[in-house]
Amino acid sequence: MVRDVSFGQYFPGKSPIHRLDPRAKILMFIAYIVIIFCTFNFVSLGITAAFTVLFLVCSQISFKFYLKSLKLIILIVVFTSVLNLFYGSGDPLWQWGIFKITQDGINRAIFVTVRIVCLILASSCLTFTTSPTELTDAIERLMKPLRVIRVPVHEIAMMMSLALRFVPTLLEETDKIMQAQKARGADMESGGFVKRVRALIPILIPLFVSAFRRAYDVATAMECRCYRGGAGRTRMKQIHLSARDFVAFAILAAVIGGVIVCNILLTASI
Amino acid sequence: MSCVLELKNIGFTYGRGTPFEKRAVDGVNLTINKGELVGVIGHTGSGKSTLMQMLNGLLRPTDGQVLLDGKDIWEQPKKIRSVRFKVGMVFQYPEYQLFEETVYKDIAFGAQNRGMVRGELDEAVRKAAEFTGLSPDLLQKSPFDLSGGEKRRAAIAGVIAMDPEVLVLDEPTAGLDPMGREVLLSQIVRYHKERKNTVLLVSHSMEDIARVADRVMVMNKSRLVMLDETRKVFSHAAELEKMGLKIPQITKIIQELRGRGFELPESVLTVDEAFAALLPLLKKEGKIW
Amino acid sequence: MSFISIEDVYFSYGAEEDGQTAKNAVDGVTLQIEEGEFVAVIGHNGCGKSTLAKHLNAMLLPDSGKITVDGDDTADDAKTFEIREKVGLVLQNPDNQLVASIVEEDVAFGPENLGVEPAEIRRRVDEALRAVDMYEYREHAPYKLSGGQKQRVAIAGILAIQPRCIVLDEPTAMLDPVGREEVISTLQRLNREKKITVVLITHFMDEAVLADRVVVMDGGKILTQGTPQEVFSQVELLKRHRLDVPQSAELAYKLRGCGIGFERIPLTQGDCVTMLEEAMR
Repeated sequence: MVRDVSFGQYFPGKSPIHRLDPRAKILMFIAYIVIIFCTFNFVSLGITAAFTVLFLVCSQISFKFYLKSLKLIILIVVFTSVLNLFYGSGDPLWQWGIFKITQDGINRAIFVTVRIVCLILASSCLTFTTSPTELTDAIERLMKPLRVIRVPVHEIAMMMSLALRFVPTLLEETDKIMQAQKARGADMESGGFVKRVRALIPILIPLFVSAFRRAYDVATAMECRCYRGGAGRTRMKQIHLSARDFVAFAILAAVIGGVIVCNILLTASI
Repeated sequence: MSCVLELKNIGFTYGRGTPFEKRAVDGVNLTINKGELVGVIGHTGSGKSTLMQMLNGLLRPTDGQVLLDGKDIWEQPKKIRSVRFKVGMVFQYPEYQLFEETVYKDIAFGAQNRGMVRGELDEAVRKAAEFTGLSPDLLQKSPFDLSGGEKRRAAIAGVIAMDPEVLVLDEPTAGLDPMGREVLLSQIVRYHKERKNTVLLVSHSMEDIARVADRVMVMNKSRLVMLDETRKVFSHAAELEKMGLKIPQITKIIQELRGRGFELPESVLTVDEAFAALLPLLKKEGKIW
Repeated sequence: MSFISIEDVYFSYGAEEDGQTAKNAVDGVTLQIEEGEFVAVIGHNGCGKSTLAKHLNAMLLPDSGKITVDGDDTADDAKTFEIREKVGLVLQNPDNQLVASIVEEDVAFGPENLGVEPAEIRRRVDEALRAVDMYEYREHAPYKLSGGQKQRVAIAGILAIQPRCIVLDEPTAMLDPVGREEVISTLQRLNREKKITVVLITHFMDEAVLADRVVVMDGGKILTQGTPQEVFSQVELLKRHRLDVPQSAELAYKLRGCGIGFERIPLTQGDCVTMLEEAMR
């Protein structure tokens, strides 16, 4: 069940996007989030959407998986866009009782939908093409300056990567525990709120116990493999900026420029 | 002999309609008789775990019917929970399910869910603990303070206390040491004999299956390929080996000797049987006085 | 001097409640392990074999007595990491030993900790994965592998540190027969081809039979040791301590009791068949 979820998964590959420096990808992703919420007219929205599609195509990952990652949030998208549809201001194009649809509402709905979809697609593109280790490694390096103010950067990154590693394992474990308690007649489907919360106890306690036991084991295993903190550690996969990253930066810069120019020259649609 | 469980053309497909669709169990027909101990073998991924989870309604078959005492367990899907008390299921490494403050309360969990109270509950818990060889002074301890083997027993006791008609055990001895395996296995046999309940034992240890099972079912590639008396199943050594299953070493030794022309039974299950079969031959040769 | 030398080691896990003095988990063990040997250690849960294993790479230090690895005392703090480079420890649960989300990145973890050059790490990772026959899976996620495959990746993770000895604490206890077979044949190959010393702690007698030497532990002490032939011939002793013997050994032992003069106890099926055939012709 839980394994079907493709959001946050990594697909190994050799595409141009895979080979971008993960630090570059993270920085670009942050810039992208800002820019997507600064699109105020259809031309700039079109530019960013086209940019998103370009990256998805370059990632050489089947669109099937991108669609699956959207499946999870489709309800939120529909809900917010419908909400926006009816909350526009201006002259109604159509009205039924208190429900009215305006041009402004339609625009808002389109913007919200496109923005959320683009955001999910872009974040999927990031996680699909970047292994968790690369991601945490990049975050560790990007946060390095924070060491000056005594932020335990290496430890944070190590914790993140261990967490990412054990998410699927713990999900599987939860599933197993649930099945075992159901087999003992645990009732999780009926009853009021209090009863349902109580029904979680037989699942949560074993889960915590096992998580602690695992944590202890993992710590032992890490020590056996000569782990002694971040000092003196090297990495197998070196990351460095290459020409490819600068091309990507240039494209993104062009998109940002385009969006700014459009916002100045054209009138806003929302 | 009356039958307690009957499977009619059971099938199960994971992730139907998705790209990950996988047929885990396909067209299984079988009947399990009241009071027999059936061994279940098959390598990992053969579909045996999926099949077991359909017996107590944890998984709903995508095709076919599961009949318990002649009634379709999915006739009233809302009442499926009652089936789980009748078909008790002990998963692999069951000790991960322990959660209560005391061993006693943990063993009582399932029985309480079934609706047992006071005297009846107390008796069920104590009997279950006794069957699994847990000493009474452990009952008031926290389950997390027990040793690995004791935890395993407490978890099994928690299912036995529900007083199921059919007990399904998935690899109950996995990870235990030789003595732990031996003791637990003999306790299961004792439970089976005294309660006269039906037991299904899933195991990778052919030696264990050979020792205790009345009949053996063999799963391979999602299908039921054999269900017969233990002796007969283990006489098909070549076929089992083709499925990646080993037969007990002792069975194999006697079969080899038989192949070399000695007058020996087709299928022995234990060292004692092999010993008894060899003695007359050795006496004839004058090796034994 | 032996590669690993254990001299009169005692260890206990601290005092139990109720003021009782805790039983010693390891109770006066003296044992030598030579370079290139394949040693199996068997015994019940709680017999001290896992505790002893953790002593071999300085995860635990003896209360009294002395352990040296390649001449270095494990109690010497300055040598701890040097010792862990020489003696790798593989644990029982393969899931909890894999720390990265991609197989090859996990294998790289050890050498990364040691500060090895990136190009050299790459080389070691590839070599280690080939040695355990998991190279094709280098880009897979560990949670999607079978138990046997995970355990082989865990072994590769230790191999990448380039140890001279691998200690495995019940590596096959949680695996199915196929997985067990994969792990054991990998270990045999590493021992034979790469001359890596293997210390295998196990419950399975059919695995112990494959070792050069078998050490039987009970109650924190060494009960007996010797070649598999020597150890499993002591059927009565092992049975008394409720340890398994291979069925072939048990059968031969019974027949011997009736006066059949087997010159040795057969440990394998083939050996047993041949011996019985000779006896009956």
